[in-house]
Amino acid sequence: MHPAKSVILFTTASGAGYGLLAWMGLLGAFGLLPAEFWLGLLGFGIAFGLVILGLLSSTFHLGHPERAWRALSQWRSSWLSREGVAAVFTFLPAGLFALAWIFLGSNQGLAGLIGLIAALSCIATVACTAMIYASLKTIRAWRNNWTLPIYLLMAALSGGLLLQVFLSIWRLPLAETFPWVVLLLFVLTLAAKVLYWRELGREEGGSTAESATGLGHLGKVRLLEAPHSESNYLMQEMGFRIARKHAEKLRRFVVLIGFGLPFLATLVGLALPGSLAAAAAVIGAAFFALGVAVERWLFFAEAKHVVSLYYGESRA
Amino acid sequence: MTSLPSQSGPVKLGLVIDLDICVGCHACAVNCKEWNTSGHSAPLTDTDPYGADPTGVWFNRIHTFEVVSDDGDSRTVHFPKSCLHCEDAPCVTVCPTGASYKREDDGIVLVNAEACIGCKLCSWACPYGAREYDEDAGVMKKCTLCVDKIYNENLPERSRVPACVSTCPAGARHFGDLGDPESEVSLLVAAREGYELMPEQGCAPVNRYLPPRSKANPAEVERAAPLVATAETADGSAGLLARWVDRMLTR
Ligand code: SF4
Ligand code: SF4
Ligand code: SF4
Repeated sequence: MHPAKSVILFTTASGAGYGLLAWMGLLGAFGLLPAEFWLGLLGFGIAFGLVILGLLSSTFHLGHPERAWRALSQWRSSWLSREGVAAVFTFLPAGLFALAWIFLGSNQGLAGLIGLIAALSCIATVACTAMIYASLKTIRAWRNNWTLPIYLLMAALSGGLLLQVFLSIWRLPLAETFPWVVLLLFVLTLAAKVLYWRELGREEGGSTAESATGLGHLGKVRLLEAPHSESNYLMQEMGFRIARKHAEKLRRFVVLIGFGLPFLATLVGLALPGSLAAAAAVIGAAFFALGVAVERWLFFAEAKHVVSLYYGESRA
Repeated sequence: MTSLPSQSGPVKLGLVIDLDICVGCHACAVNCKEWNTSGHSAPLTDTDPYGADPTGVWFNRIHTFEVVSDDGDSRTVHFPKSCLHCEDAPCVTVCPTGASYKREDDGIVLVNAEACIGCKLCSWACPYGAREYDEDAGVMKKCTLCVDKIYNENLPERSRVPACVSTCPAGARHFGDLGDPESEVSLLVAAREGYELMPEQGCAPVNRYLPPRSKANPAEVERAAPLVATAETADGSAGLLARWVDRMLTR
């Protein structure tokens, strides 16, 4: 599948934003974060900024952005529509929670309840994003049991790393323990990703050039001539596929730079005093952002669509 | 509403494509473009049509496959493909806006260009590559089963068939109600063991494909051979035509 920059930016930025929002809602509600003005302003500012950046980028890649509101109507059948509804809804509790935190200095009691609702809405929104992909039968690399947990884990990790930056700058007591949560998330996410890659390499898709043409009873089917001498929309959108050896290099990049370095930075940060710990957290978050972008790029570039069977592939 | 009609009607209009007959002339693709570029989903935009990298919207494309059997015998199969107007159309259910819909009355799958936001998700969901994005208009387009022709009362009755069907010089395309087991197309499908593409994708396409007939078996060819020989010996010396035929066949 063609890895469109807008979609990569959308899924990664909104994932990080929703992740941070969810952590603030969750930890705030349980009294683990102080309802402090600047922490609230910067935390929610960055979280909402990322979410809005993501949503705008996904809207502007539409053929008709001005009609985007129509996408809220078909939630009964469409995961994309459900995602839109969930994203719009999330602004309500998350916005109220942010206002209570920043202006009323309160993130517990009623505000905490709203924060919990906000956190759940964030999780639901990311889950809907994942399901847009996980529900497509045409793409085996997406339609499997890994897509949903990996999207959720990646969002939790992106948000967690951002939160750790705040925790260490504000020198909150949680800064001592939260890194352990982040480290655990690293291990879980990397494990899920590695298992996903293994499954991708091991399992073959169920559709073939033979089933696509129905000519298998006559023999082995091979494309002799494409419909047109030039490329077309289907080939540009669905035909993109990265060479295996490039994919392997990029996977290594994700593992080492995207997971390895931030993991080390988080671990080292635990042992460092105040401002150095904050620097480690910033470095960790920055490398992870790089890793997430490449990971998401691969998610598209490694995905083979069954329509490629009509354009020369033999199995998808 | 992008949910599929809860009760699909009895009428399932669709195409039956005869892979034994198709000669790969692309006439159906050209006439499809011709009719539809001023029809329901008009225009069928081309980008850079006379330049170095032309590309454009086509509702019907003809692929050509080679099929090689185990004993190395190969054959060429021309393979036209347009929307199969699936009963369980994933392009309809994934659409977030309701722009993509399946008509209850005849099962035709259409896009409402006024409501489409151009998110392209339906093209990801269709296994058959039947959806075509119009970069220029920013909306998705697709085969309309010539909805503006098959019901068009300004046309003589015999012309009320899809453009691709009426234009095929070989008669490889048939149009009709596949929901009626007694219709001509259904009888044809039954007689020729017509099949659906990629049943494992679970879309329940309405269109059917008729398989290429098996090649004449070698024994039959053997039996036919003496006819030429007979022609040759009938009056002692073979005629010009018989000699030519003989040469061609023994090459
Ligand atoms: S062939 Fe593709 S576009 Fe046509 S109805 Fe089926 S899924 Fe939809
Ligand atoms: S491109 Fe248009 S028709 Fe297709 S899913 Fe998006 S809104 Fe629906
Ligand atoms: S039915 Fe009409 S729109 Fe569909 S492929 Fe044939 S000519 Fe084109």
